[in-house]
Amino acid sequence: MTVRVACFARIRELAGAAELERSLPAGTTAAQCFAALAADFPALALLAASTRFVRGGAFIEGAAELRDGDELGLLPPYGGG
Amino acid sequence: MFDIVEAPFDMAALVTAVCEAGSGGLVTFVGYVRDRSDEGLPVEGLHYEAHRELALAELHKVGTEAVERFGIARIAIVHRVGELVVGEAAVGIAVSATHRGPAFEACQFAIDELKRRVPIWKKERYVAGDARWRENA
Repeated sequence: MTVRVACFARIRELAGAAELERSLPAGTTAAQCFAALAADFPALALLAASTRFVRGGAFIEGAAELRDGDELGLLPPYGGG
Repeated sequence: MFDIVEAPFDMAALVTAVCEAGSGGLVTFVGYVRDRSDEGLPVEGLHYEAHRELALAELHKVGTEAVERFGIARIAIVHRVGELVVGEAAVGIAVSATHRGPAFEACQFAIDELKRRVPIWKKERYVAGDARWRENA
């Protein structure tokens, strides 16, 4: 299946792109998708525990399985205010 | 009034948005860009960005919770994004209530929750030329 990954802030800088496309095995979870990216961009591993996942405008757990055509948003720790 | 804006905002507009005849107390908070980092490094400015859709939804939730929890009349929250320089306002909050106590409490609640829950990111740009993403504790 193919998943589009939207990277924000520090994650975007570390991945070198705001949007990436990844071909992943069916049943891949959000956290596993992040781990696959971290394999390509090792500095991302530091954010593995603190990144929040978003799909279709709603937060999802890292254990949530992705579906073909999903857009997965990766949100690093916040810094507003 | 809840908004994520790219240009400087007018605190007077937030005050007007929450003003109403039954409110005897009105509290405002403004967060400004400081000239020093927490470590004392000279700061040139801040870059802010947001996940706009989620940030707006979360600001609404924070506002609704503040109304329910503290029994305030109205609340307005605006956060700016883009490139800000020292002295510019990054976030503005205005709260009205019958009496001052709940207004102060709700204002504190709103800025604390904003920092914790709203998907906005900040990068400090230093006078020395480097920059660093800063995370809220």
